[in-house]
Amino acid sequence: MITRTAFRAACKAAKPKQTVPASARSLHASSSQSSDALFVHRDTPYNNSKIPFEFTPDNMKKAQEIIARYPPQYKKAAAIPLLDLGQRQNKGWTSISVMNYIANLLEVPSMRIYEVATFYTMFNREPIGENLLQVCTTTPCALRGGYDILKACEDHLKIKPGQSTEDGKFTLLEVECLGACSSAPMFQMNDDFYEDLTPETTRKILDAFAAGEKPKAGPQSGRHTIENSAGLTSLTSTPYGPGQHCVPEFQ
Amino acid sequence: MIRSAAVHAGRSLRRPTSHAKVVASRGLATVADPPVRHYGGLKDQDRIFQNILSRHDHGIKGAMARGDWHKTKDILLKGDSWIIQQIKDSGLRGRGGAGFPSGLKWSFMNKPGWEKDPRPRYLVVNADEGEPGTCKDREIMRGDPHKLVEGCLVAGRAMNATAAYIYIRGEFYQEACHLQQAIDEAYKAGFIGKNACGSGYDFDVYVHRGAGAYICGEETALIESLEGKQGKPRLKPPFPADVGLFGCPSTVANVETVAVAPTIVRRGASWFASFGRERNQGTKLYCISGHVNNPCVVEEEMSIPLQDLIEKHCGGVIGGWDNLLGIIPGGCSVPILPKPMCEQVLMDFDSLKDAQSGLGTGAVIVMNKSTDVVAAIARFSKFYKHESCGQCTPCREGTTWMMNMMDRFVEGRGHEREIDMLLELTKQIEGRTICALGDAAAWPIQGLMRHFRPEVEKRIADYRAKHGKVLFGGKLVSDVDGTHALPDNMGAFLPEVEAPKAQSP
Repeated sequence: MITRTAFRAACKAAKPKQTVPASARSLHASSSQSSDALFVHRDTPYNNSKIPFEFTPDNMKKAQEIIARYPPQYKKAAAIPLLDLGQRQNKGWTSISVMNYIANLLEVPSMRIYEVATFYTMFNREPIGENLLQVCTTTPCALRGGYDILKACEDHLKIKPGQSTEDGKFTLLEVECLGACSSAPMFQMNDDFYEDLTPETTRKILDAFAAGEKPKAGPQSGRHTIENSAGLTSLTSTPYGPGQHCVPEFQ
Repeated sequence: MIRSAAVHAGRSLRRPTSHAKVVASRGLATVADPPVRHYGGLKDQDRIFQNILSRHDHGIKGAMARGDWHKTKDILLKGDSWIIQQIKDSGLRGRGGAGFPSGLKWSFMNKPGWEKDPRPRYLVVNADEGEPGTCKDREIMRGDPHKLVEGCLVAGRAMNATAAYIYIRGEFYQEACHLQQAIDEAYKAGFIGKNACGSGYDFDVYVHRGAGAYICGEETALIESLEGKQGKPRLKPPFPADVGLFGCPSTVANVETVAVAPTIVRRGASWFASFGRERNQGTKLYCISGHVNNPCVVEEEMSIPLQDLIEKHCGGVIGGWDNLLGIIPGGCSVPILPKPMCEQVLMDFDSLKDAQSGLGTGAVIVMNKSTDVVAAIARFSKFYKHESCGQCTPCREGTTWMMNMMDRFVEGRGHEREIDMLLELTKQIEGRTICALGDAAAWPIQGLMRHFRPEVEKRIADYRAKHGKVLFGGKLVSDVDGTHALPDNMGAFLPEVEAPKAQSP
């Protein structure tokens, strides 16, 4: 008894900023805190295998191109790119129909595709808003105020990570390192990185997206990419040309 | 011996006293001191990546104007063993973190009798850049994608590969587009594909976008993922050079390693080897993040002193060098270094290894005194808990335990004996898993306890002073219902340990 309550207390202490998990369940007492999302599928009116899905002719052509990249006996290798394609066609989320369709297309058991779709974080298995907002809070971003950006997003959109706004415009996620640490803090909106953020620029970007615009991606502080913002410390001269500085053989 | 002498020479740049000590300890008066060489200060003309800042055209026209695809045919015609010998002579070590000599690794593909093996052979480029702090490959792929494509061809020729797959992390959408554009342009120009560059050698390059899993940066997990499965690492042996992608001989190499190969060959192995210390030669992309005035990505000479790197290229630490708390020199997997060590280390594999840390990917994460260092490392524990693939029990369970304990230590809610329990736990994870993610999750905590243990102890003592005694697992003694028996193993009846008086360094 004591150990159990101690464990609960520890959990409470360990997660002071407990966020609502992406899929808050009512049926079970234990929520899926150990994972971002639920791993099981439950048929719902919006997500069941009876809803038809198939690639548009355009996407079918792309899919064939993708499959052609891999050896014919390893068609399955195209699973991840095709799931991505399917997700893009299906309003940004991967329904059970998308998975089944791709399993069919690749001639593998559906379970092989379910395995893949549940393993990778980029496959959303629940519907998302028009804009998927992923805020990085891993240490390099956190050191430069990643949590302030997350808080600015939460306050501005009035949602918690894992939730969508009521108008269906935004879904907010807290994610791990997105690989733009020298221009931290940053978030990813759909496919674009917005870097060097401050709470003010964050709000500005969110407002622009809410109005249906698409602000310029990249650093918001005025620098071009990841150069030293106080002036270049490298690559100030014009790049060298073909054969320059090479050994005589390759000049 | 040579190595330690070189380290001392490096130290002498900052600490004349320790230098004098080294001289005094030498027995032979006739031995002259080796000339002190100061590393760093790479000139623009010696930078391989001329467009990592994306200030010029990343397309084929701009790339060719910067010297890419220049006489690539001649390189290919030199043959596999010549290229591998060049790479060996240049001293290039893998830039993905482990620092394995690249020439040697590539030569594993050309075992005696490889010609008789009918299987196709693959070069797999690891562009799944997910290590917190690392953002160098991204800049290569969006600024200099042709360097990578040409590198695939040259490295592929060296290992007699038939095709290259570039596994790029799914979040890098723009980078994948630039790369795809570069590949399309190269196909169109006849540089890759059938009869690549007119050399009679056929070679294909494909991009494969991942879908967001840090573990896929591990080579065998990457292969699994590329095959369309969950990214769960495989046991080695068999090594990928025997049975890799699609059951064929494969080699996985980092983007930077592959992309520097053509330039090394064109400019000569000795040119590349002239930078950096012995066994750590070359130039390297460093990405500096965290508490510096101007974070950036920069190509510098290997073995540049860490302090020089930060002062010269990043405008120094926020609040000045004296405001520095510690630096993680190679991405989140390597242990943190406290300030006194930051002043001594050189940014290369051996120097950082001697400092019980590592160069990793060259991702420097700087923390100044405003940082809650325990919280920073606890955040890494959360990262590893999130990214563990769940295949090996020590890592799957251990990362969760470590995260829970670290989160409690952030506020000090723990028993002082739990620090050693946590350290023991890290030792139980390290080396007991298929891949190195378990080790990587354990090392930051070990580094924290090695250098910042007084800080953790102080927090525990402060918390105890405020809230009373804490049991193992974080429960307060004051919360225990006195009517129930309390087991002995909860730490309630252990003798008190004096609260440490020393402040954190």
